[in-house]
Amino acid sequence: MSLRSPLGRVLGTGAARQGVHHWWVQRLTSLALVPLSIWFLVSLLALPALDHATVTAWMGQSWSALLLMLLVLVATWHSQLGVRVVVEDYVHGAGLKTLILVSVTFAHVLLAAAGVFAVLKVALGGAV
Amino acid sequence: MPTRPLSPHLSVYKFKYTLTTSILNRVSGLGLSLGLPLLVYWLMAVAGGARTHARAARLLSLPLMKLIYLGLIVCFCYHLSAGIRHLVWDTGRGLERAQAQRSAWLVGAVSVALSAIVAYCAWQAGARGP
Repeated sequence: MSLRSPLGRVLGTGAARQGVHHWWVQRLTSLALVPLSIWFLVSLLALPALDHATVTAWMGQSWSALLLMLLVLVATWHSQLGVRVVVEDYVHGAGLKTLILVSVTFAHVLLAAAGVFAVLKVALGGAV
Repeated sequence: MPTRPLSPHLSVYKFKYTLTTSILNRVSGLGLSLGLPLLVYWLMAVAGGARTHARAARLLSLPLMKLIYLGLIVCFCYHLSAGIRHLVWDTGRGLERAQAQRSAWLVGAVSVALSAIVAYCAWQAGARGP
């Protein structure tokens, strides 16, 4: 027996056609974060010091800058997907839920943009 | 808001390993999400130049911050190992009850050991210089 409504069968579009997409992107970003996050942690621990000169020299290297930007982008993306599910699960009430979801998304986009901007600025020699 | 009970019903389940590992994965993920602003704050401080960085470095090296870093290390190590467990599950492997029970213990042991190693390295690095 099918549980789909007659209208649903006629339209034939499924729910919002987004269900698998969220799941799939969460897996892809998690897969990418395994090497990225380990690289970041190891590089950070391997730095001789965390003073400004050392850190800018490290971020000035092309590969470090590139991987750092990827880390910021993928981590904020993965985080946004995860926090979204938590909010959807535990916050009840449509108004509050929407408000929090929108704020969470805005905050993540802000973090992603700021992180990439900062790395670019350092990498292109703007942080003196 | 409907008056019927809404899932997930957090308070009605017995705390078995399945629930515990799942909720820990969420909590550690949320912890790491809260660490993201800290990472971006640090990046922005570096981008702001030597003087901005020096001001931020004072804040970032407070004793309280070291406690936060320890928390982030534990969250990272747990979320990483539990995440890899999930990725293995996604290939259809390790879903039998005995296997899942074993991997739950493995994730716990690995994340504790990994946290200890990373925290030790971070402490050593911290002792080297600011």
